[in-house]
Amino acid sequence: MAQTLTARVWREQPQRYRMIANKDKKSGKVYFPPRLVTPDDLNAEFEDVQLSGAGKIASWTVIRVAPAPFTDLSPYALAIIETEEGVNVTAQIADCDVENIKTGMPVKFEFRKIYEDNEASIIYYGYKAVIV
Amino acid sequence: MAVGIIGWGSYLPRNRIKLEEIAAVWGADAPSYKKGLLLYEKSVPAPDQDVITLSVEASRKALKRAGIDPRKIGAVYIGSESHPYAVKPSGTTVAEAIGCSNDVHCADFEFACKAGSEAMYVAHSHVKAGEMPYALGIGADTSQGAPGDALEYSASAGAAAFIMGAENVVATIDYSHSWMSDTPDFWRREYEHYPQHAGRFTGEPAYFRTTMGCANALLEKCGMKPEDFAYCVFHQPNGKFPQRAAKKLGFDINSEQFTTGWLTPWLGNTYSGSSPIGLTAILDVAKPGDKIFMVSYGSGAGSDGFVFTVTDEIDKIRDKADFTRPQLDENKHYLTYGQYTKFRGKILRNS
Repeated sequence: MAQTLTARVWREQPQRYRMIANKDKKSGKVYFPPRLVTPDDLNAEFEDVQLSGAGKIASWTVIRVAPAPFTDLSPYALAIIETEEGVNVTAQIADCDVENIKTGMPVKFEFRKIYEDNEASIIYYGYKAVIV
Repeated sequence: MAVGIIGWGSYLPRNRIKLEEIAAVWGADAPSYKKGLLLYEKSVPAPDQDVITLSVEASRKALKRAGIDPRKIGAVYIGSESHPYAVKPSGTTVAEAIGCSNDVHCADFEFACKAGSEAMYVAHSHVKAGEMPYALGIGADTSQGAPGDALEYSASAGAAAFIMGAENVVATIDYSHSWMSDTPDFWRREYEHYPQHAGRFTGEPAYFRTTMGCANALLEKCGMKPEDFAYCVFHQPNGKFPQRAAKKLGFDINSEQFTTGWLTPWLGNTYSGSSPIGLTAILDVAKPGDKIFMVSYGSGAGSDGFVFTVTDEIDKIRDKADFTRPQLDENKHYLTYGQYTKFRGKILRNS
């Protein structure tokens, strides 16, 4: 597998580490990951919004044949989480029995290792959801 | 100026392995281990958890309780013997993840099992000296015991975080004392995966001599007796050692004075997190006016001791984050030895 670009991960730290979203000042709509422009306004002005870390499972699927950095975690669930702020976030669901997941379950986000390219690489951290 | 803890938090992984499960693999006599060491089960980190992730979660809880702006934290210190990198600090990732500013002093500490209390000690000293308004001290570990070794029954994972400050203090640090000597009871050389230890030598000349040395000096310094304290907590390499040390000093090991912070029989030895996590369990229930006696221990060897006094402020922030006991007692997920070896990277595989 190709080496992940450290610089890209570094640039995305605010959203990956702290779930910093942004809000279009005019429309009030919250975006995550944060946007530079919106579909309606190429000159939109934004302000940062800290997601609370709480939400519920809007939809989910189970990954049984996982790509390289995630093979040890399979089977694992990947979900779309509807956050309190109304934005949808795609995240793994950690620490759970995939047979017991149900749509609508409340979750919170925790800080976890997302993956590493190999034992000598940088470790990439970010958010995963855990069932409350 | 009363300086001390203004926010505390702990994080325990939900995975556990029972002592019987480990003993069955190695043909060991589980009942005698359970009786001899007072160990029943231990926590195991998930494959996506390490010292950094545990520290972030514990620190976020401490921040919730403290209710401060993380950009005002002047120092982030993590004590651990299982930092994920050999070269690259854990503290920078934790500081970034909890929203500290760039104007922060950051260092990773290491001193076997007492690195966490070191982080607390230095964080407290900075605030006391007036160098910064707040400082964060964390004790966290995802310790490894070699397969089949006695340490495999105890080496576990968890984190505790404490924010030190001078306003709205919930537990003042009234006295502290450190005691150390060059005692080679437990070590791990560079590039070695598992630690080595000196068997029975880890007891009397190491743990007990050091713990008692620090505890007696601290009692003398504060002019108090064991019965003056509502709670005590010691480093917990197993269930038995802290019991013996506490009893020898004159604490009541059958009462809440000792049992409140005594977590190891069901948690295992969280190394740098051990006595700090015990302290979080005490702060979860302590009442204003209570005195708390804490002595850590790290092989190599040394102890840090603290005398705390709980203030009226504690009731205002106690419920703002998860308590430690429910994390220990509820929502547990038991692993087989096979799952445990996979989670802990103990299986030799094709690269």
